[in-house]
Order: sequence, then structure tokens, then C-alpha cells
Amino acid sequence: MGTLFQEIAFWVVTVVAVGAALLVVTVRDVFRAALFLVVAFLGVAGLFVLLNAEFLAVVQVLIYAGAISILIIFAIMLTQDVQRGNSPTALRPLALTASALLLAAFVYTIVQTDWRLLEETPLAAATAQGVTQVWQDTPRWLGGLLMREFLLPFEAAAVLLLAAVVGALVLVRER
Amino acid sequence: MGELLAGNSIYRNVYIWVEGLLPTGWQWVAYFVAGFTIMFLLLNAFLVLTMVYTYMERRVLGRFQGRLGPNRVGPFGILQPVADAIKLLTKEDIVPAVADRWVFNLAPVVFFVPTVLVLGVVPFGQNSFLADLNVGILYVLALSSVSTLAVFMAGWASANRFALFGSMRAVATLISYELPVLLSMGGVLMLVGSMSLVRIVEGQRIPFLLLQPLAFLVFLAGISAELNRAPFDMVEAESELVSGFNTEYSGMKYGLFALAEFGNVLVAGAIMSVVFLKGWEGPVLPSHLWFLLKVFFFAFIFVWVRATLPRLRIDQMMGFAWKFLFPLSLVNLVVTGAEVAVWPEATTAQLWVMAVINWVVAIVGVVVFSRLVRQRPTQPEVRVFSSAAPSGAR
Repeated sequence: MGTLFQEIAFWVVTVVAVGAALLVVTVRDVFRAALFLVVAFLGVAGLFVLLNAEFLAVVQVLIYAGAISILIIFAIMLTQDVQRGNSPTALRPLALTASALLLAAFVYTIVQTDWRLLEETPLAAATAQGVTQVWQDTPRWLGGLLMREFLLPFEAAAVLLLAAVVGALVLVRER
Repeated sequence: MGELLAGNSIYRNVYIWVEGLLPTGWQWVAYFVAGFTIMFLLLNAFLVLTMVYTYMERRVLGRFQGRLGPNRVGPFGILQPVADAIKLLTKEDIVPAVADRWVFNLAPVVFFVPTVLVLGVVPFGQNSFLADLNVGILYVLALSSVSTLAVFMAGWASANRFALFGSMRAVATLISYELPVLLSMGGVLMLVGSMSLVRIVEGQRIPFLLLQPLAFLVFLAGISAELNRAPFDMVEAESELVSGFNTEYSGMKYGLFALAEFGNVLVAGAIMSVVFLKGWEGPVLPSHLWFLLKVFFFAFIFVWVRATLPRLRIDQMMGFAWKFLFPLSLVNLVVTGAEVAVWPEATTAQLWVMAVINWVVAIVGVVVFSRLVRQRPTQPEVRVFSSAAPSGAR
């Protein structure tokens, strides 16, 4: 019974996410496009929930739906002639090429990934127990990974962000 | 889903009762009935309590300001919220001709929904919650940032400058105050070792109000700003912006904004009583009653602050977030981190030592940083608009 509801939820969330993503690129009003982008972000968060990745889902809402979208809308408000909408530009072929390459990369990754379900995968008892433990308290394990195994990339990202902040400060500084 | 709700006593009782009446194979009906019952109870309790709170806020504000407050409708004016609701429902619904209709109509709903969703993870009493997420507190904070989007939608779609100014201020507020609010939770999470709201309540051997005074101060100030409460209500400063982002709204759409704003105070009170005041735990009285008392205690603090402090200017507000709250939340994070590193499994006595250290740090920090924020009196810029301007300039 649980699987039926999960199936329904999956299709609702997927249709909403994909539909909103399509509307983002087809709607002419830039502000509405940004709002549909938020809906698409929320749909992705829903998919994360269905995959038992609650932490990722919440962070998706916090960072993308809550912060990034606000910044996008802020940028739209500072844009001139925003009511006129998006007009076709000379950059169109370049954009199409870039998105085609990105799509190819995604498709390659999807085809290459081993998508077997956990129940169907033969696991050692200790590994299975470990997986269950991780699921019960994901934030703790993610924190452990970031602070122990992947400390260097984590710190590198922090330095990068700091550099971005300092750069922004230098740009807006008077004189 | 079933396991998520199994800890909820009301849900379990309803489920078992309905299941007993049904033939086998129809358990899903029991599942729906139990789920519907608890959501129905929760939503209606929330709406009724919000009405009670609006009455309380207006009466208490009246006391603070040496006047009576609403006292005409019903005994002691207790029916005033009902009268307000009827008035809002029967008012004409006006949409400006140049407004973006879809976005305009959607904004109040988007504003209200996060408030309701947050209720889902709040533990109202022993074994009473809809879901005990292992990312509970982060879920609450994530949803609270979504309502800013609604403020933005309302301001943009209204095609009104005052509304747009209100929305811009809302964004500035969110970007500045989100950070201290999130960081202030860091200390609490380190002490408990979990983000689940139920675990946070159970992990408090002494209330975090005593153990984390700095976090409480930062959280209270930050959440007031995010909820557009005075003295941080720049978003709808009526002396400057008519009514800010909801200027163009009338009827029940405005009512929805007002309902969500008052309801948010209760939700914030609920979160604060969970995180800082041991949630439902307390002697003698039943757990739900304790929880309600604590929520209204925090709601009273919100009203008290509103009645006491004058509204900040927008630049003072930004300075307060970045120069005062943000460094203080960092100090709290570092101090708490060091304490947790020294005493990973602290005994109650060690916790009390921590509390004393934290109070000293809090008082010193507030004094030091308030000196840094203090504005030096500057010479006001004087512009002389001469009435005898040279005729060639016109």
C-alpha cells in the first residue's frame, strides 16, 4: 500500500517539476519564469524526499527555493525593460550547443549508473546495517564526511566563497 | 509514512479505533480517517489560537499604551476577532487593473502555506506530533525563508511603488537576518547532537534559555525581523510605506496575510519553546497545557517588545544584523563548540558550569558589540531649497 502512495506521489512531483521546468524556458515574462523555477526547485526537493534524502530536500528548499531564487528575482528587478520579456539574441546557437552538451553529459551519467534497488543488491550484513544507520540520522553522517574525509575540498569551497565576498566588497567600495 | 506517525498517541488511538470497526483489507480507510482527524484538529486549533492571540495582542498593547483596546464586541471584547473575520470576508475583493492577476492572487496563499507546513513537525505534547523529521529544525528554518518569496510576489504583482519598496526591504531583511538565525541554532544542535525537534526537547537537561542565552537573544531578534514584527517591521512601516507589500490587498486576501503574520508569531513561539524552554516538559500540569503556556509566554514577549521599542531605520536595521547579531552568533558558535569539545558527555554539573560561562560571554559580548554598533552623532546634511531660484534654471 505504501508503494502505491509513493508511486502516486512520485508521478505528481515529477509532472510538477518537469512541467515547471518547461514553463521556465517557454514563458515570456521573466518574473513568472523565475517563479516557475522555484516550483521546479520544490519539485526536485520532493524527489529527494521520496529518495529518503530528507536533509538534501530541506537544504534544497533553504538554498535554492529560499535564497537563490530571491537573488534571481532581485536581479530581475534591477534589470531594465523587464516587462518586454526575453527577446531572441545572437547567443542562441551558443546556448543551444552548451545545453546540448550538458544534456549529453547527464544522459551519459544516467546510463552509466548502476540503478539497482537496495533490496535487490546483495550486501554484507554489516554494510546493510551501516546503510540503515546512515538513513536514520543523515545530517550526522554528512557532517562527519565533510569534516573528516572531505575537509580539504570543504575548506577550499569556504576560501572560494570568502574570495567572492571580498571581491564583491572591493567592487562596491566607494572611491 | 506509517512509522513516522506511530509515535503520535492521538493518531494511534484513532487508527486503532477505526480499524476495529472495519473489515480486513480496509485498513487504508483507518489510515485516512486517522490522518484527516489529526490534521483537522491541528489546523483548527491553530486558527482558533491565532484568533485568541490577535485579541490578546490588541488588549495587551492597549494596556501598555494606557488605553483599553477592543472591548465592545461581546464580554470584554472577546468576540472582536470573529467580527474582524466577518468584516474581512464580506469586504469587496479589489484587484488593481494593471496587476499581474495570477501572481497577485497566489501570493497570499504562498505566504500562508509555510506557516501551516511548519506545524507538521512541532511536538505539541508528549507523543503528539505529525512527523518527527531527523532534520526538523532545518526544515522549519527552510520554510520560513519561503514566505519572503510571497512578499516579493505580492509587491511585484501589485504594480504599486509602496508595495515594491516593502518587498525590496523584505529581501534585504531576509538576506541579513537569515544568517544569524541559522548560526544561532548551531550551538543548540551541537549540544543535542540532533536536528529532530523531539530529540531537542528530550536532550535538554536544563533549559537552553539558561544554557544558550546568546543564541536565544540572536534568535529572538532575528526571528522578529523575519516575521516583520516591530521594531523590525520595515516591510510594512505604515508611516513610510502606507502598508508595505500588502498595500493593494483587500478582503480575505489581506485577511490571509494578517492571519499568517499573527499565526507566525505563535509558530515562532512554539519553536522557541521547543528549542529554548524544554517544549512540553513541566511538572504537575498536562504536557499540552505546558506547551501552550510557553507559546503564549513567548508571544507575550513579542508584544512586549513591540510596545516598548520604536521602529529602526533601514540602515540601522542592516547594521544591527551584520555588526551585532552576526558576530555574536559566531562568538556563541565558537564558545559552544569549545565547550562541547572539552566535555563531550557533560554531566548536569558541567552543564551548569557551561551555563555560567555562556552567560558571562553573552553579557561581555553584548556590551562590547553594542559599543561597536553605537552610531556617532553626525552632522545632518542640510539642503537649502531656495525659493528665489534663478529663472534660467527652470
